Amino acid sequence: MSSAPSPITTRALPGTGMRRIYGYVFRGLTYLALILLVGLSAWMVLGVVGRAIPNWQWNVLWTTTKGTGGGLLNAILGTLLLMVGVFIIAGTIGVMGGIHMAELAKPRANGKMGRVSAFLRTCTEILAGFPSIVLGYVGYVALVVGLHWGFSLLPALIILSMMVIPYIAKATEGALRQVPTNYREGAEALGMSTGYSLRKVVLKTALPGITTGLLLALAIASGETAPLLYTANWSDQVPSLQLIGKPVGYLTYPVWTFYNLPEQSAHTLAYDAALLLVVLIFTLLITARIIVARTQRNAEGRVA
Amino acid sequence: MTTLAGTTEAPHTDPSRDPLPRRAVTFLRTHEERMWHWGGRAAAVIPLVALGFALTVLIVKAMPAVRVNGLGFLTRTSWNPGSTYGATVRTNGVAHPLNVSYGAWPMVVGTVQSSVIAVVLAVPLAVGAAFALTERIPRWLSRPLGFTIEVLAGIPSVIIGLWGVLTFGPWLSNNVYPLIADNVPDVPVLRYFLPPVGHGQGLATSGIILALMIVPIIAATTRDLFLQVPPLPREGAVALGMTDYEVARKVTLRWVSSGIIGATVLGLARALGETIAVAMVSGAILGRVAPNIYASMTTIAATIVTQLDSASTDGTGFAVATLAEAALVLAVISVLVNVAARLIISRTGRNGAPIGRG
Repeated sequence: MSSAPSPITTRALPGTGMRRIYGYVFRGLTYLALILLVGLSAWMVLGVVGRAIPNWQWNVLWTTTKGTGGGLLNAILGTLLLMVGVFIIAGTIGVMGGIHMAELAKPRANGKMGRVSAFLRTCTEILAGFPSIVLGYVGYVALVVGLHWGFSLLPALIILSMMVIPYIAKATEGALRQVPTNYREGAEALGMSTGYSLRKVVLKTALPGITTGLLLALAIASGETAPLLYTANWSDQVPSLQLIGKPVGYLTYPVWTFYNLPEQSAHTLAYDAALLLVVLIFTLLITARIIVARTQRNAEGRVA
Repeated sequence: MTTLAGTTEAPHTDPSRDPLPRRAVTFLRTHEERMWHWGGRAAAVIPLVALGFALTVLIVKAMPAVRVNGLGFLTRTSWNPGSTYGATVRTNGVAHPLNVSYGAWPMVVGTVQSSVIAVVLAVPLAVGAAFALTERIPRWLSRPLGFTIEVLAGIPSVIIGLWGVLTFGPWLSNNVYPLIADNVPDVPVLRYFLPPVGHGQGLATSGIILALMIVPIIAATTRDLFLQVPPLPREGAVALGMTDYEVARKVTLRWVSSGIIGATVLGLARALGETIAVAMVSGAILGRVAPNIYASMTTIAATIVTQLDSASTDGTGFAVATLAEAALVLAVISVLVNVAARLIISRTGRNGAPIGRG
């Protein structure tokens, strides 16, 4: 892992007249862009948190929603259940797909990707950019209505997994490509089979990167609304493991539906759900960050 | 080193340590490689299956609507679900309510307009911020600031929408839009910026919110690209006495421009398909092209999410089929844009950056 090139910093700008002025204007504009971005992000997060905290009630954590009031226990558990399901389905398929793309798909003699691999990769990338509401709609007409599954857990999991598999595959592939070739060569020199060295050497080394990808995919999945509205729908009840025929609640629903209802209790729930979502996403992102930082420190230490 | 040390022990010498029955273990070991291969292949095919499934469902579902709505679907402005209580009529063998008239023109225009505004705003912001992060700011500061951009990428769109509709949109319509609207001359293009400025839900707000949502995509790619530009040409440029602006314009940006274009097109694809945030801040007005830049509008994605509920009350199923047609239009647009982005990026891989590869 090479360290980033250090910024070339010239404190005073060279040049005279207009060139110099352009230089300063450009420098100022780049700072302005950064400040705007950071400022707006901070405003967004603090704005939502700031509205939510005066409305916060601890009892939303252990009571279920009743109409437009009550708590959010059903939504919290529903979101966790969806995350676990996506982790299992999309995690397995995505990681396997990433392993295939990085390690197993045989390159052609000239070192380029085979035509089939290239086509499959294009499909993965197109699926990554596919509008989530279109997938949600497909889930609704084909699975919920078409197969008579009703609003329930399974269609929601299938659609969410379809959304995040490309992310996980991409992250896994990237992590595997970072594993030094020496490791693979060493494993082969020790007489390990490809499968064994993959399991014991390559995957183990790439694990932090794969985990980071999985955490980011879970962050995406838990923050989605559009693909869930017409697949999981919404339920006041605590979710169960029943796969079809029973709707599931989740945290983004109250934010989307309750924020412009007239009742104060609905607003409170919308803000509380928003706060919980922000906390959840931050936890996932910061965990991913810590894993990356730790691996980088180890990697640098190892090289030195 | 632990990984390597751990692997030096001879593989499978002590079968008693294995939790699985011996025969299963032997089977797994002899067939391990083949299982990795077949598992990988199966998983790699799933995106293709998913994509094929989605497109097939859309096409099958949209066929009846295509037969009734015809090509005019793309150019009509009206959105009239017909009289659901009246008698059903048949056109070309497809049952639908009396007097239906569906047109997608306003939402196609709204989708394109809001996405273009988003890209126009996002590219300078993202490139500028990436430039400041990689070239100007010391590492201890650029890491946390880079993290804020990562956070922006992770925030759920429903939260961005909530902030946009309750805080940001009203603030814009009270403080920023009047400033623009009152100072714009009444000439052809700029006429679009004239009052009324509305209440903060509309085209401009949607565009700005979308810009915020795609900035992280463009900024992250641009930052990685900037870091790949080898220092020598830049140092050479600095040694020749170039200013920041000249180094950026003549060396750094030249080096990575097609990568940035690719990332921008990916951002465009994301903006075209974004749903919830736009549904919240666009005003979601059907059947009208926005008369000025502040006015309420809708996009294809926002229309699907807001209309599917009421569409399912149409007993003939025609409204749901029409939404399938809209979804198909959106899917085709997004696939085309994505493929364009891939072509641009793969061209970059071939032509660009001769030294940076080392």
